[in-house]
Amino acid sequence: MKDQGPIAKHTISAIVDNEAGVLARVIGLFSGRGYNIESLTVASVDETKARSRITVVTKGTRMVIEQIKAQLDRLVPVHKVADLTIEGSFVSRELALVKVCGEGEMRVEALRIADVFRASVVDSTRTSFVFELTGASDKLNAFIDLMRDLGLVEVARTGGVALSRGKTGL
Amino acid sequence: MMTNSAASTTGTEPLEMLSGAQMLLRALTDLGVDKIFGYPGGAVLPIYDEIFKQEKIEHILVRHEQGAAHAAEGYARSTGKPGVVLVTSGPGATNTVTGLTDAMLDSIPIICITGQVARHLIGTDGFQEADTVGITRPCTKHNYLVKDTAKLPDIIHEAFYVATNGRPGPVVIDIPKDIQVEKAPYKVSKHTEHRTYKPTVVCDENAVRKAVDALLTAKRPIIYAGGGVINSGPHASKLLTEFTKLTGFPITSTLMGLGCYPASDKQFLGMLGMHGTWEANHAMHDCDVMLAIGSRFDDRVTGDTERFSPGSTKIHVDIDLSSINKNIFVDIPVVGDAANFLERVLKIWKAEQCSEKQSDLSLWWEQITNWRAIKCLEYIDCDDAIMPQKALERLHALTVDRDPIISTEVGQHQMWAAQFLGFDRPNRWLTSGGLGTMGYGLPAAIGAQIADRSRLCIDVAGEASIQMNIQELSTAIQYNLPVKIFILNNEYMGMVRQWQHLNYEGRYSQSYTAALPDFVALGEAYGWKGLRVSDPAKLDETIQQMIDYDGPVIVDCRVVKLANCFPMVQSGAAHNEMLLAGDDIGGQKDDEALALV
Repeated sequence: MKDQGPIAKHTISAIVDNEAGVLARVIGLFSGRGYNIESLTVASVDETKARSRITVVTKGTRMVIEQIKAQLDRLVPVHKVADLTIEGSFVSRELALVKVCGEGEMRVEALRIADVFRASVVDSTRTSFVFELTGASDKLNAFIDLMRDLGLVEVARTGGVALSRGKTGL
Repeated sequence: MMTNSAASTTGTEPLEMLSGAQMLLRALTDLGVDKIFGYPGGAVLPIYDEIFKQEKIEHILVRHEQGAAHAAEGYARSTGKPGVVLVTSGPGATNTVTGLTDAMLDSIPIICITGQVARHLIGTDGFQEADTVGITRPCTKHNYLVKDTAKLPDIIHEAFYVATNGRPGPVVIDIPKDIQVEKAPYKVSKHTEHRTYKPTVVCDENAVRKAVDALLTAKRPIIYAGGGVINSGPHASKLLTEFTKLTGFPITSTLMGLGCYPASDKQFLGMLGMHGTWEANHAMHDCDVMLAIGSRFDDRVTGDTERFSPGSTKIHVDIDLSSINKNIFVDIPVVGDAANFLERVLKIWKAEQCSEKQSDLSLWWEQITNWRAIKCLEYIDCDDAIMPQKALERLHALTVDRDPIISTEVGQHQMWAAQFLGFDRPNRWLTSGGLGTMGYGLPAAIGAQIADRSRLCIDVAGEASIQMNIQELSTAIQYNLPVKIFILNNEYMGMVRQWQHLNYEGRYSQSYTAALPDFVALGEAYGWKGLRVSDPAKLDETIQQMIDYDGPVIVDCRVVKLANCFPMVQSGAAHNEMLLAGDDIGGQKDDEALALV
């Protein structure tokens, strides 16, 4: 299919058995079929039932996104798959750790901006900070951009984690 | 969950303590397995020792692990039961990869048990260690690395459930050698359903209704049936035949679907796709309602997707949701089993007297009759050499009474076989459709012959393909299998040569099969009967000799060297742009065309 309409960003959630190889299956599916991964997070969310939740942010046409969902759903250890983007509104958060090194006015300015962004300081030396910031992707990008002129050393970021709004769950 | 104690938590009987190897044999026996295709090696010796000690399961020793996988496929396709493979770690496992991928693409249920180095050696680059689950992950429906002996019986049962339910496929169970030796309590929970894998079998009521409504209004309908109908079981083929007869709709089938509807019936338009018939492809292009059932809009079927059947309402019935809207956007998706869909549609059709309400199809059939008049499969016969089409026509005529099982290798001979050997029943046609695996046919025929020794099993081969698993000639001798091989020998990798002729101005790069063995002498060296024929006048008597001989026969049928397989929808062309034998013009294509597979 050459012309499949516009490409859009989608956040897909999957509940999977927390077993060896399940992440490899999901990643292999994306790379093997040429799908795009913007970010992927995975962690155990139910120890008693041994289940993990995978959140994938991906881009594609409607047909590609539909394929990704169907392909994920037929993997044996996958319980449920949802395309949060089309199934109503959802909240999504990312976390970033940002190391900034500076002295004097630059150091004060970094701290001031961190305060505006409600970033917290999780490590400090006389010449450096590690800030912790959560929020939507855009907010994290904006913060990191501002830190570039203020002695940005390095960044570690998670991918997005997301839940649908309202009372029902996946 | 398993308990570690030997005593059952619920029952009064103490659980039996078995080694992993004993558990495997016990579970396979319980699951009704009576044949295993395999090859021993260091990492499966405990299992082979258990095989030695029992008589319920017959082990078929192949000569190469790829042969085991294809034999299991042939067994599965001809019987509808899952085929079982047993191989050692490392090279044993990697040699099955082609067979597993083949089974994956053609949706064939096989279980492949691989040995693995002991648990404490995994990851140490031990002798004959390979990351089997890693290597086979993309080419299996699911795979398991067994890490706990107590879980082995459950895993085996689950593997059979996964392989045979929903869209069937290959499943690998990788068993470390120390697990094969270690003892644990044998306990199985029956798998009537799976905790996560729950394929949709029953079609949605509204979707079925929408499909019926669309079919009722159809003035130019076509049924496009695929391998899913055969995988659904012989009952689905019966229902499909009943529905097609009841409605009077024309029907075409994919390569994988041949036999799901009687080829000898007048409503059957022949196979569609790249080497499908003129009438089938034109009917697909011009139809107003298409009922795709158990087929997957493969590129060999659709040609150019942009110009595929423009203007038709497409109904797509498939048990695998991911097959729907993958290549072609459809109007009415129906997720479910082919037999379930057909049963429900038939019920509505009969209850609501739909036969009286459906549109008149006489104009449509008139059009189809005109397309048929082109006689697209016609070829110019020749007195002094055997035409490959003629050879297969005669093979069909002389064997049809025996209701043979036909397997093929891959290439021109495969397409001619699909065109000229009409299949009236399912499970008679074993061919590598999706993966196109040369070397498939001989082991597949052996698998089918193992399943039923009384059947006439013929591998229609090319002289190039047959050499890819030629070692299996020995397997047939060991088990007294009267398999027949019918080689259409044109001394070329015919399909490669045909593409080079059509697209590369006849530069036959590496497609001449030089240094060919003497197939008669080769067959005889292995203990087969060898026959050769090159005179058209002796074709019939040679085929008859092959059929009549009580034992394996290899026929070297020398055919004309440069015949091309037509009709043909070239890659990137639309269904109504077919080449016929008369359009056989070689040349050079542009880069875009050359990039298409």
